Amino acid sequence: MSASGVPVRRAGLRSYGRPHAVGIAGIVLDALAVLVALPPLEARSLVVPAAVGFLGLACGVWALGGGETRLGWSVVAGATLAIPLGALATRSDLGDLETVFAWSALMAATLRFATPLVFAAIGGMFSERSGVVNIGLEGMMLTGAFFGIWGADVTGSWLGGLGVAMGAGGLLALLYALFAIQLRVDQIVGGTAINFLAVGVTGFLFVAVYGSAGTPAGISSIPDVSVHWIRHLPVAGGFLDRTIGQMNLMIWLALALVVLAWLVVFRTPVGLRLRSVGEHPRAADAVGISVYRTRYVAVTLSGVLAALGGAYLSIGYVHSFNPLMTGGRGFIALAALIFGKWNPLGALAAACLFGFSSALAQGLHVYSASGATLFQALPYVLTIIAVAGVIGRSIPPAAVGRPYIKQ
Amino acid sequence: MIEPGGNEQPEAPPAKAQLALGLAQLQRAGGLVTPVITTLLAFAIGGVVVLAAGHDPLATYRAIFDGAGLNWFFPWVTGADRANAALNLQQTLIITTPLILTGLAVAFAFRCGMFNIGGQGQYMVGAIMSVWIGSSFAGMTGWLHILLTVVLAMLAGAAWAGIAGFLKATTGAHEVITTIMLNWIAYWGGSYLFGLGGPLQSDVRKFVPISSDVADGAKLPVFWGDPQLQGLHVGLFIAVAALVVFWVILSRTTLGYQVRAVGYNPEAARYGGISVARNYVVAMAISGTFAGLAGALDILGWQFRLSVGAVQVSQVGFIGIAVALLGRNTAVGTFFAALLFGALYTGTSTRSLDPSVFRPDLAGSLAQIIQGLVVLFVGADVLVLYVWNVRRKLRRGRVTPAPRPATGAGP
Repeated sequence: MSASGVPVRRAGLRSYGRPHAVGIAGIVLDALAVLVALPPLEARSLVVPAAVGFLGLACGVWALGGGETRLGWSVVAGATLAIPLGALATRSDLGDLETVFAWSALMAATLRFATPLVFAAIGGMFSERSGVVNIGLEGMMLTGAFFGIWGADVTGSWLGGLGVAMGAGGLLALLYALFAIQLRVDQIVGGTAINFLAVGVTGFLFVAVYGSAGTPAGISSIPDVSVHWIRHLPVAGGFLDRTIGQMNLMIWLALALVVLAWLVVFRTPVGLRLRSVGEHPRAADAVGISVYRTRYVAVTLSGVLAALGGAYLSIGYVHSFNPLMTGGRGFIALAALIFGKWNPLGALAAACLFGFSSALAQGLHVYSASGATLFQALPYVLTIIAVAGVIGRSIPPAAVGRPYIKQ
Repeated sequence: MIEPGGNEQPEAPPAKAQLALGLAQLQRAGGLVTPVITTLLAFAIGGVVVLAAGHDPLATYRAIFDGAGLNWFFPWVTGADRANAALNLQQTLIITTPLILTGLAVAFAFRCGMFNIGGQGQYMVGAIMSVWIGSSFAGMTGWLHILLTVVLAMLAGAAWAGIAGFLKATTGAHEVITTIMLNWIAYWGGSYLFGLGGPLQSDVRKFVPISSDVADGAKLPVFWGDPQLQGLHVGLFIAVAALVVFWVILSRTTLGYQVRAVGYNPEAARYGGISVARNYVVAMAISGTFAGLAGALDILGWQFRLSVGAVQVSQVGFIGIAVALLGRNTAVGTFFAALLFGALYTGTSTRSLDPSVFRPDLAGSLAQIIQGLVVLFVGADVLVLYVWNVRRKLRRGRVTPAPRPATGAGP
């Protein structure tokens, strides 16, 4: 991530070298404080996670003393979370622990949950990098979910479903672009309208086409990709096979999309133009970049990608459609985008974090069904913490949300 | 308000100035033209949708109108029809009540230059607090119980919105992002509290994800209709009083002046010695107070309990966004917009719509589409003005600048 990351700090790093390294070590120790109590290590004594956690805490304090304020506080916060969590795990039933923390299954579920988020977040990144806020991701996903399954039903092929979903999502985004860019509607208002519209249109069509019976069974769905040969790899082969040996095509596509998006945005002239339009449209215009065209393309692309995420939900994962099935995933994607600092790799990491929390929430039912429900709120809490800048402030593109008036 | 004719223009100003002039005139006309055209346009497109579904749009809108009980106002509707219309109108006004308040929640923040998307979360927090307090303290005196519940619900809403205001004031975190996130935290929080095994789940119905009922004493009195048939509760008057409070705060107090100053131009307000940060927090807290009150009135007025399902399908706060936008963030506008959406949602509900005219299962989505279109168009002043001008040009050709016709009497 370093090549794309924020190069601002680099200069000051050398003089604070050791506190920084200690801080990083503190984060590792924090994580370890929980991990020692989980399978496969399964420490059963309270002392072990506590000791590791306090070591982490010490590292945090050291880093604070060395002037690494932000990192230091993160480590301290991490340790105060990790010690009780690790302690809790040592008190838990071993069988339960092994059910919940079957790592390969947990990782596979994480990727499944993260995939729709990745598509929508990357879409949102294109839109916001061009200077147009996209609150309508949720609606575009929902549109993709409905038109994906409807397209697959009508054309008889999941490929047709993906095509129709992309078309519908793109059209909806184009409508939004028309209002946000050309007519200079407030982008939050426009995005809210898109969400309302998507709920209405998909709900209407769903009832009109499928009635109360719902989508029929047996609609063509996106296939899995088997890479079972991976088990022949040394050391981690078996684990990898169980995790990614049998994954949906869309998960692979999502990972490829992240790499592609990163290359496009940070390593091509097109990406440079996109970012310049989002940071300083006046300057971009002055050097001959068409601000409107760039934004139109970016916003439409965001709709296409968000719709792909929605289509994965309906014909890749759930194999049916029901109204409001996206259930806030578009907003979590928005959160992942912010959490990932408008960077594809960061968005992937955030989507995986949120996916992991969803996967874990499933498992936590073993302990407490209601607690698992509450756990679903975690991504939103983390996002608030992120935008508030307690741990590494997220700063959006400079011109985001402001309509551009050509002179 | 509107001076008909009068302003003579010596020469035609350039195109851009003409647009600005037109917009200024729209503003002077109480901003009535844009919302009216917006609504008509949205309903017209909704009519096309109805037509595409193979139904008669006019008959459908008529059925929605009747389903909302608005035909009660016609003196020639008598007998059983009138009784039915009264029942429907009571439902419309029951829904209008929280919509007024969630609309105000959005409008107040707007006046301070903030977009409060979090009305839904603030409403939900208020509703949760009302269920909790309302179903506890069973032996308390009725009016005291109601007062306590309402005040605490308002405080809960204020605190929930205040988080967003505080974060904006101290760290600059954008209120749109934080309020969206707070909505979903309230959503999952509510699902947790009333879910099976949750702390506020009913002790009686152990296997249903629902709360206990509000104590009988804490229910708001019904003043029109049968309390057993979900008659109209007195919350409507409280909502109307809130409209007055909204207007008084904004137009007649120093606080309101400061809020509006920050809304117009935060830099200028800061230069003028107004604490922008403090106003962000206060304006959000007042917004949340309105939304929290909406939650309390719904719970004490007609819902009396909350279930996980109710928490998850509730849209009241989101409709409030459309209400505020259509009502141009004014008290009077919010009232009429809330009435419009209250009527639209009641008129399209399965309970009220005549199924022989249009399928009620489709009509709910139709209402959503119309709502989306309203929000989409209402922000597009430029578009609406363009439509308006084309219409005018079609009608008169290019004659001398004529006085703008005053459409409809301002309320």
